[in-house]
Amino acid sequence: MSVATAPRAAKTITRPGGTLYRGHEGMWSWVLHRITGVAIFFFLLVHILDTALVRVSPEAYNAIMASYKTPLMGLGEIALVGAILFHALNGLRIIAIDYWRKGVKYQRAMFWTVVGVWAVLMAAFVPRQIIMILSEVPA
Amino acid sequence: MVTPTPAMPAVQAFTITLNIRRFQPEVDQEARWQSFDVEVYSTDRVLDALHKIKWEQDGTLSFRRSCAHGICGSDAMRINGRNRLACKTLIKDLDITQPIYVEAIKGLPLEKDLIVDMEPFFAAFREVKPFLIANSKPEKGKERIQSIANREIFDDTTKCILCAACTTSCPVFWTDGQYFGPAAIVAAHRFIFDSRDDAAKVRLDILNDKEGVWRCRTTFNCTDACPRGIQVTQAIADVKQAILRGRR
Repeated sequence: MSVATAPRAAKTITRPGGTLYRGHEGMWSWVLHRITGVAIFFFLLVHILDTALVRVSPEAYNAIMASYKTPLMGLGEIALVGAILFHALNGLRIIAIDYWRKGVKYQRAMFWTVVGVWAVLMAAFVPRQIIMILSEVPA
Repeated sequence: MVTPTPAMPAVQAFTITLNIRRFQPEVDQEARWQSFDVEVYSTDRVLDALHKIKWEQDGTLSFRRSCAHGICGSDAMRINGRNRLACKTLIKDLDITQPIYVEAIKGLPLEKDLIVDMEPFFAAFREVKPFLIANSKPEKGKERIQSIANREIFDDTTKCILCAACTTSCPVFWTDGQYFGPAAIVAAHRFIFDSRDDAAKVRLDILNDKEGVWRCRTTFNCTDACPRGIQVTQAIADVKQAILRGRR
């Protein structure tokens, strides 16, 4: 019978996939937490390396620091602050979910609180940073 | 003379499109999407639409279903990107202006069409010892006494029907098949917090593993997916707390 002798190998090639799972706030906060976490890790890696450079060659350190003072890097700093703020605030939410008795019940409300506080802090930071960026643009 | 009963207003039938992720191991190398137009009533469920396709259009379409009333837990599948029981999802609750996407649950080996190999799921379930372990014998001819308050503690987790909707909605489980998964932890919770059971310590030790409750990243997909409305993430949180405190 052809059905009985069908190659079983076909099963191993195929992996379940398909549409993107449509999770709610909990899932997307976790996705954002992962992305910002990895981004912050790479920032810290570069940051430790460039700061360590001062012991190797102060001139090279100064050159690198000067290269950071560009409008592009200024925009990057906005992204960095945004990522760190979200990761920090959502981290507090996760701690509350784990240790506060009612944390699980209010996780959704806490997520939108995180988003709200994040927006307020960014609203305070971004205009100031844009003024800084514009002051760095060579006249 | 018999008075004619007032005619029931005719129930309006309408045509919907179902996109089903097919996989026939005899012919397919990879899963593929296939589209079906099917006439349904607003009172129909996704399972009814699948039946109509299988009975009237394509007999090769394969899916599991047993009771068809939300108790046996056979027909968990991903409907429009979310894990649901096909027998509990009404067509009218879905957006029928768009095709309805139906595919197998994610993270377990795909066998055929909407059927996955449930063995890894049941293996995790068995590992948490989902049965009563009591050191004492009840008084001869008597039952084990439990107060209403003590029964209430684990009431939520007694509702599980082992459909795997929670475990296969978990992003951690998709990438790490070793993780026990929400359903196994729910099953453990049901006995850990049962005052008649004496093996809570054993189960807490099993779940205090690298692949145990600490893998949970509180995405709440499981709580959202559970067709029985079990607060799955809360149950996992209870077990985490019990491990931290060293008692139930």
